[in-house]
Amino acid sequence: MTQVSMTVNGKPVSADAEGRTLLVDFLRNQLRLTGTHVGCDTSQCGACVVHVNGQAVKACTMFAAEAEGAEVRTIEGMANDDGSLGVIQQAFQDHHGLQCGFCTPGMVMSAAALLRDNPKPSEAEIREYLEGNICRCTGYHNIIKSILAASGQEVAIAAE
Amino acid sequence: MPKDNGIGASSKRREDVRFLTGDGQYTDDINIHGQLYVHFLRSDVAHAKINAVNTEAAAAMPGVQRIFTGADFEAVGSIPCGWQVTDRHGEPMQEPRHAVLAHDKVRHVGDPIAAVVADTYAQARDAAEAIELDLTDLPAVIDMKEAAKEGSTKVHDDLTSNLCYDWGFVEENRDAVDAAIKEAAHVTTLELVNNRLVANPMEPRVAVGDYDKSKDEHTLYTTSQNPHVIRLLMGAFVLGIPEHKLRVIAPDVGGGFGTKIFHYAEEAFCTFAAKELKRPVKWTASRSEAFMSDAQGRDHVTKIELALDADNNFTAIRTETYANMGAYLSTFASSVPTWLHGTLMAGNYKTPLIYVNVKAMFTNTVPVDAYRGAGRPEATFQLERVIDKAARELGVDPIALRRQNYVTEFPYATPVAVEYDTGDYHATMDKLEEIADLKGFDARRKESEAKGKLRGLGINSYIEACGIAPSNLVGQLGARAGLYDAATVRVNATGSISVMVGAHSHGQGHETTFPQVIAEMIGIPEEQIDIVHGDTGRIPFGMGTYGSRSLAVCGSAMVRAAEKVIAKSKKIAAHLLEASADDIELKDGKFSVAGTDKEVEWGAVTLAAYVPHNYPLEDIEPGLEETAFYDPANFTYPAGAYACEVEVDPDTGKVTIERFSAADDFGNVINPMIVDGQVHGGIAQGIGQALLENCSYDDTGQLLSASYMDYAMPRADDVPFYAVDHSCQTPCTHNPLGVKGCGEAGAIGSPPSVVNAVIDALHSGGHKVAHIDMPLTPGRVWSAMNS
Repeated sequence: MTQVSMTVNGKPVSADAEGRTLLVDFLRNQLRLTGTHVGCDTSQCGACVVHVNGQAVKACTMFAAEAEGAEVRTIEGMANDDGSLGVIQQAFQDHHGLQCGFCTPGMVMSAAALLRDNPKPSEAEIREYLEGNICRCTGYHNIIKSILAASGQEVAIAAE
Repeated sequence: MPKDNGIGASSKRREDVRFLTGDGQYTDDINIHGQLYVHFLRSDVAHAKINAVNTEAAAAMPGVQRIFTGADFEAVGSIPCGWQVTDRHGEPMQEPRHAVLAHDKVRHVGDPIAAVVADTYAQARDAAEAIELDLTDLPAVIDMKEAAKEGSTKVHDDLTSNLCYDWGFVEENRDAVDAAIKEAAHVTTLELVNNRLVANPMEPRVAVGDYDKSKDEHTLYTTSQNPHVIRLLMGAFVLGIPEHKLRVIAPDVGGGFGTKIFHYAEEAFCTFAAKELKRPVKWTASRSEAFMSDAQGRDHVTKIELALDADNNFTAIRTETYANMGAYLSTFASSVPTWLHGTLMAGNYKTPLIYVNVKAMFTNTVPVDAYRGAGRPEATFQLERVIDKAARELGVDPIALRRQNYVTEFPYATPVAVEYDTGDYHATMDKLEEIADLKGFDARRKESEAKGKLRGLGINSYIEACGIAPSNLVGQLGARAGLYDAATVRVNATGSISVMVGAHSHGQGHETTFPQVIAEMIGIPEEQIDIVHGDTGRIPFGMGTYGSRSLAVCGSAMVRAAEKVIAKSKKIAAHLLEASADDIELKDGKFSVAGTDKEVEWGAVTLAAYVPHNYPLEDIEPGLEETAFYDPANFTYPAGAYACEVEVDPDTGKVTIERFSAADDFGNVINPMIVDGQVHGGIAQGIGQALLENCSYDDTGQLLSASYMDYAMPRADDVPFYAVDHSCQTPCTHNPLGVKGCGEAGAIGSPPSVVNAVIDALHSGGHKVAHIDMPLTPGRVWSAMNS
């Protein structure tokens, strides 16, 4: 066991972890930040996406110890300071971009990273960016709509 | 103007806030002080005799509390099957024992052999590596037709064969159907596979068992669609725990799609082990374990024949299906290829004679059970594919052929034992032609051809049976449980309401839609109403959520309970207003005396019920809480028409979905936004089945698709935006809300339109391909084009 320290959602934290402890397990088990989910064991599903030093990362692809000293942001840190939903979160609620909610934290974290790098993505760019985030409920339709809305773009869909 | 409250409003989902902020509480988020962790050692071969399981070295590993093996469960009950099917000859199906941990043999890859309970997951997994297994490999039987052969390897030595049942439906029609096919002007025959799928809710299964010795009470937290059903099956049949000593809680559940209906060995294990060890025991499936242990879906091999007369009227349908049960009978496995499949073979058509034969086979594969649609996608796929093939053979328009044979008068009794109460299949097809812009197809095809692509259009109709079901009927058909549902409407003193419902929400949005119904009935804001679900300790009873039944069955129970509440509250209001209860009207949250300006607010009446100072105590009890159980009179029959347009790259065989349109008739709709979302998700799963997904075993029973690296889940760039419409509404005639259910339609209706579209595209390029089995991967399409 070694002590691992990092800043999570603006707060300094530290806890003991085995060398083999993944960042996602550290967040969920040691820090009890259970909003970040585990949906697979092959880094495919994206339910565990968090931001590490500003980059979207699948938290199952790195060890907790690798995040020593890092700035980590999770779904628990995405609401506005007053507790209201952030722009992306609100767009997901407004456009029914979630059903069971299990993939949702990863979707929101990926969407946030996308919109920071590409503030006005096209539908095709959003779909391509979300290759690494699997949703089984929504058929993606309303997730794409939510992200278009969060980017301030027109969400009238020709198909609808 | 769209409504913003009550029935018909697209109310935003209240549950979203916790899911969007990381505050959802899924089963894996539950940690109980002192809990231990279990890791299951699973078979890595499909069929073997267990000679010995040596746990000595493993038991000495750090943190290990105890290792359980099959011997520990010899005296424990078998995991039961909830539906007994009777075969063609009047004999009951063959039912093998399904032990919590395998004892004598392992029968599929993933069959649990031992369970290591340790202080941490890592320790449990490490110790499992040190268990020594002495197994004798046996030949595995994977292919259903091989399994059916005389002398085949038997999955269960104590059964007479691998045949679970040979079911004929309707057996009395068999000769007449044979004769009609013989006499037909044209018979179209199609052999096809309905590929095996894995439901893959994004949340893997989890179970946490807890035991309170002081009260001899068990609590199981589990990822279930129906906690009361788990309590019943596990309590009564497996562990022998009476209901009042067993509480089952299914908190936020991350998707189900059928595979979280069933009672699983891991639930029984954690409940059992928590008592043995006097510590909570937690199990969280990895995704690979989910692929090896979640009941899988579909897996039918079918030959269907459609007979037509000289005027292209359908005269008879005959099918022969092999349905894979896997190695054991999962909870509802036996009902899926029979009562949820054979009864739907009439589709939307007035075919007078139908005979369905189903041979259910045991194989050395993971058990198969209901997956979104459950039997109805299999029925729809074969029917809508054979109709398309018939249209092509006869040179007639596939829409016209369907329309010519539609059922148009209701109620309509099919030759396969069900009665459709309402429907308007022409209306949904009309709507489909509009929203899919079928008139513009030829122009779009030319555009595709200009790019060197082949474009195809596929359409189909579908019907399904939802809201399972009248208990007396399903009892006759072999169900070992009733299929009603229950709700309690608890009105609090201040007028707020808690509704305890037997349905379970795992993505469907019940916490939003169920209050919409109560808000409409009483005329108060939805925010005053909360739903309680997923906890046998807090709700009266319930059969849970599957088969698109929540609103049609449990919603009806809720309406009945609310009607009782309203009737009682009118009596209280009558007392307060000094009027007759018959003259009291309830509107917009106010009780008034008809024809006067006398009125009293909802909250004043509810307060009077709990502070009965001025109250007719001689006539009615204080308090305001009512429970209703609702047993439906019939199934509901959602129906619709779907269209898919694809482009096929002739160089690679890659299929791209260009447009997808769905016109559904769900009867009345409570929340249109949520209904749209249900259809979107179903369509994506149908596209997944048609183009991408395949659960694959090799000849030795090795599971080749046990991760998302090998099992192709639909991703955002595999699917388009969908055009969905549910404005054609023929309300259900026998439930109080006139609702039919919308959860499975998309997955039922979409696979045939995708395949029909690809076949159409290939024909447009001169490739006379009759059929390609799903999934239509580039390799399969290219091979079909070039063979």
